[in-house]
Amino acid sequence: MPEDIVDLIKENVIQGRVTSDDEGMDKGMVGQPGVSELVEEAIASGISVADIINEGLTASMEIVGQKFENEEYYIPDMLASAEAVGAAMEILEPHLSKSGVKPKGKIIVATVKGDLHDIGKNIVSVLLRGAGYIVKDLGHDVETKDIVKAVKKEKPQFLGLSALLTSTMTTMEDTIKALTESSLRDKVKIIIGGAPVSEEYARSIGADGYGADGFHAVSVVEALNAEMKGRD
Amino acid sequence: MPREGVLVNNPLERISGEQVRQIHDASIEILKDPGLLCFNKRAADIFHQHGAEVSEIPGSDTPCWHIKIPEKLVADALDSAPKTVILGARNPDNSLVMKGDEPRVYFITGSETNTWLDVDFSTYVSKSDPKKEIKVPEFKPRRGMVADLCASAHVCERLETVDGYIRTVNIQDKDITEDNKDVNKFFACLNNTTKHVMSGLTSLNQLDNVVKMAELVAGGKENLKENPLISFITCLVKSPLQFVDDTTESFIEICRRGLPVVVSSAPQAGTSAPIKEAGIMAQINAEVLAGITLGQLVNKGTPVLYGSVPVRARMDNLSDSYGSVETSQYNIDCVQMARFYRIPNYSTSGVCDTKIPGQQSTVERLFSDITVALSGPQYLHCAFGLLDGNSIFSLLQTVLDDAHFKMIKFFLKSPRIDGQELTDMTKQIRDVMDTPQKMFIQYIRPVMRSGELSAPYPFEGDGEDDSVLALAYERLQELLAKPVEHIDQATTSRIFQEIPGLLPRLNVYKQEK
Repeated sequence: MPEDIVDLIKENVIQGRVTSDDEGMDKGMVGQPGVSELVEEAIASGISVADIINEGLTASMEIVGQKFENEEYYIPDMLASAEAVGAAMEILEPHLSKSGVKPKGKIIVATVKGDLHDIGKNIVSVLLRGAGYIVKDLGHDVETKDIVKAVKKEKPQFLGLSALLTSTMTTMEDTIKALTESSLRDKVKIIIGGAPVSEEYARSIGADGYGADGFHAVSVVEALNAEMKGRD
Repeated sequence: MPREGVLVNNPLERISGEQVRQIHDASIEILKDPGLLCFNKRAADIFHQHGAEVSEIPGSDTPCWHIKIPEKLVADALDSAPKTVILGARNPDNSLVMKGDEPRVYFITGSETNTWLDVDFSTYVSKSDPKKEIKVPEFKPRRGMVADLCASAHVCERLETVDGYIRTVNIQDKDITEDNKDVNKFFACLNNTTKHVMSGLTSLNQLDNVVKMAELVAGGKENLKENPLISFITCLVKSPLQFVDDTTESFIEICRRGLPVVVSSAPQAGTSAPIKEAGIMAQINAEVLAGITLGQLVNKGTPVLYGSVPVRARMDNLSDSYGSVETSQYNIDCVQMARFYRIPNYSTSGVCDTKIPGQQSTVERLFSDITVALSGPQYLHCAFGLLDGNSIFSLLQTVLDDAHFKMIKFFLKSPRIDGQELTDMTKQIRDVMDTPQKMFIQYIRPVMRSGELSAPYPFEGDGEDDSVLALAYERLQELLAKPVEHIDQATTSRIFQEIPGLLPRLNVYKQEK
């Protein structure tokens, strides 16, 4: 039954299971289909993308959020669920335009040139995907010119820049200058993050926002998104 | 099933096997020459009957004997002293099984303080920024009362890191006298904790009442033998090398009844013992061996603990400096000596010099709690809540201590590294390396819920605020509000009928009526 598949997607997001190999929260789930397999099955069964997203993914993340608030779930649980939603969104992405479902927005993320640290950036990516954003992850040690090129090509609403070192954080400013020089700066909202940077530093280099941690980064993107949509 | 305690893997050893042997030899020498002074006639007689060289010291106002203990008596005593001592509990699941050659640590409260420290929080407003407020603890010392002892036993019952309870407060209510202190002290403890209860004895004529009370709680004489839910601490040898009259008399009577007893010695390096480590160690070991020998001569096989409360003198006023690093060194040495004899050890840690909970108390107690625990004493008398040496007791400090003992207990756990675990982890690393994000976060989840991860410090404040004491105070209020597991009504009724001297207000069933 198609409804059963959506319920299973919902349950597996709550369990934080991306594939059938994942353990989840309850015992004995390994081997049963995870969110990726279930979403493929749902599409093949003709279930609408909107139903998968609204009744499967969004509804389950609301439950996960409640569990987190009740201290039943911890950050790794939230991340696991977000990762499952992100995996589902990746599978659904080619079907979005056909189905008329608009993603919340697109964001490019990158750790800037000279910096190999990407754990923070990866966590932000997982959480943003889980929140329903299309995320293009350029990786780490990314040349400024490649970031500019990607913004030009992908036309994202947001750009997330990450750096862990005091020696590489200045590259964020260089990147913003390069985007300005390419006349792209006003087409994208820029959020920065990483241990050495701060709200104050973000303002000083002309960024639009600063994410203190993964969850804060998502809330900053959500706030900027709401502001932009309000203007539209 | 007894409490698990923590079995220390590869216990810390400061002194080598050869040094242990050298200390032992020096102690045996000291027991022969200069020997000990003994102010208790029965002890002098017992030693004399068993072949020790005993001579009365003439011309003294107080009768006193000079005792030289031969090595053979000590060796026989070490042979007959039990190598495993069981300390029972009202709830048998809380009993403690201590094997002299097994470094399994139990964390116990102690010792007896005269002063109880109340705490309240006042709000202070910044002069420069009136919007800024901070809560500051204000401590008020006062005389300890029996109600405080009940509250302390109850809180320690609820603290999971506390394995047993040594009475923490000297009860000084107006209606407490020398003659009723012991029964009220033991009843207050037994009625508010189901863990093992240990205490000193104030008056020997109360010993039988205390034992009778314990028999009633245990369900009879035989049950108390099997489940000795009370035990005693005696400091019968005053440093340097003097058997005290009254405590020695109490010790003899406790040994005759076969209840577990700590033979404790508390020399102070610099005043009542040499300032050098070798000196205080040779002396404290001789003092404890003398006590153990007397106990075994009184009642062969009676359970004893090798008790050590050595301390270094403060150089500014020659009072005890429990916070000194040397104090921890002496205690670890004593743990090793007891292990050499395979007699369970009662060791000391966590006593600090400061008078209020705060940074100094944390530094001092944590240092000794970690180092002494690492050496693997069976009965770690670790000063839950104690401040200013053993003068002040603070329930707030007890809650703080519980938090750091959780960390220490976790640290002492055996490492989980074996072939299967490494095979599983190697597979996990390979699996993660195959993913685009290369993160191990999904594997945290089952581990997080299995108890394999240490808990965060429970009193962490928000941002830059140091809210440790305020948060600990909140936790204390939660603990105090929890129900108390009292002795059942029928047993309580018998105790109040059969044991004289109990304060009627301690009968919770009468209060409820």
